[in-house]
Amino acid sequence: MTTTEDNSRPMLELRGIGFTYPGREKPVFSNLDFRLNREKIALLGDNGSGKTTLLQIMVGLLRPTQGEVYFQGRPMREEKDFFPLRRRIGMLFQHADDQLFCPSVLEDVAFGPLNLGRSREEARAISVETLNSIGLTGYEDRITHQLSGGEKRLVALATVLAMQPSALLMDEPTNDLDHDAKSRLLSVLSSLDMPFILISHDWDFLARLCTGFYSLKHGHLHKSKTIKVHQHSHAHALGEQDHHHSK
Amino acid sequence: MISEPFAVGDSLLHRTDPAVKIISAMVLALSIATGSSFQVAGAGLLVAACCCYAAGLPLRPLARRLAAVNIFILLLWITLPLTGGGEQMIQLGSLQLSGKGITLAGLITLKANAVYLLLTALLATSTIAAIGHGLERLHLPNKLTILLLTTYRYLGRIELEYKRLRRSAVLRCFHGATNLHTYRTYGYLIGMTLIRSYERSRRIHQAMIMRGFTGTFPVLIQPRTGTRDLLFLALCVGISLLFSFLTIR
Repeated sequence: MTTTEDNSRPMLELRGIGFTYPGREKPVFSNLDFRLNREKIALLGDNGSGKTTLLQIMVGLLRPTQGEVYFQGRPMREEKDFFPLRRRIGMLFQHADDQLFCPSVLEDVAFGPLNLGRSREEARAISVETLNSIGLTGYEDRITHQLSGGEKRLVALATVLAMQPSALLMDEPTNDLDHDAKSRLLSVLSSLDMPFILISHDWDFLARLCTGFYSLKHGHLHKSKTIKVHQHSHAHALGEQDHHHSK
Repeated sequence: MISEPFAVGDSLLHRTDPAVKIISAMVLALSIATGSSFQVAGAGLLVAACCCYAAGLPLRPLARRLAAVNIFILLLWITLPLTGGGEQMIQLGSLQLSGKGITLAGLITLKANAVYLLLTALLATSTIAAIGHGLERLHLPNKLTILLLTTYRYLGRIELEYKRLRRSAVLRCFHGATNLHTYRTYGYLIGMTLIRSYERSRRIHQAMIMRGFTGTFPVLIQPRTGTRDLLFLALCVGISLLFSFLTIR
């Protein structure tokens, strides 16, 4: 961490953000404010409420029609302003297939470090280490498009972590994952010591990871302190037999 | 999904630098294709067969691929002897066959098989990814290399997407027939596949930008061109020059 990190300023800040997709009349947001400090944030909202759009604005993949994005106190105005931001804030996309574009796992994980100017040896070492750290030892030479859905998601996470970011944005990482893959992802994410924003519809998953909860509705962000833990009945196979639930 | 059955192996040719193999395949193929004598074509076929042997390619799948190539050549054998012209004519029943046409068809058969075997032995023994990186090292324009590599990576996905759309049409009792409804439906399917592919390519580009992509693909595995690679290259170039000399003479 060689760059100056000013702890008094939020890492990422949105001020008065408004956004309208070209050709549409209704804005997705108008005058939206948001700060990301050290929190682990859950972002909730209905389909089409603009959660993904918000993440894309944060990293400059979309430009707001009004307001500004600030990274460590500096306004982000042009494409090149976003380069240092993207270096520090990693993004996990909704579809892992969109994120894995190299033939082999090792090449894909090394893509980011190589772009950041690391030497081949360094990039290789970082990639192997990152894969090991999330339990994917020995995956280096696997072919990316032949992995299972859960493996793809974890490799996609590895490609982001290999850039050694200071924060993560994750767009529905639990989608389409079975129970095992979800719990693997959960254990990897809970071992991370960095702030993040996590979009998901999986309340249990969010409740176990996040410290702050926001919901996006009609273009406004509402903050709620906690998700209230409560009991309710649920259904699953063999439910009538004696059993217990481990968390 | 593109399968690369010949790319796995540990033969001499599998271990040769892809960039060297690309150049060798190009010069050899060019010298064989421009050859005008049975001498050159036959020798070319012999060289190609030797390459296949050196690469240790399995015979059965290789024969299947060759058969596919020779189906096209069969068409030449049907047309050329009848239309070849020339003075020498062979009478076969009520048919008059052109000697020139037969010679030409024979030459083309030899050359086509030689070039096909050669390309298989030299290029199919590397993965498409390795060939892509090899082309990059030969300073082929970057955009073309990226196009090749990403096409290879996503072709399977695009096919899957098309099949998914088609299945949903079939599940709603769509039967192809010769009518406007069928044409329109296929138009929609292809159009929708194009749009989805375009949108996917945008998402992939975004993911690449997020990881610091600025237009060039960094290469992690850089094969080194060794003495053995250079010897192989020299041998191939030598054979090509000999073929060209025989053709010009």
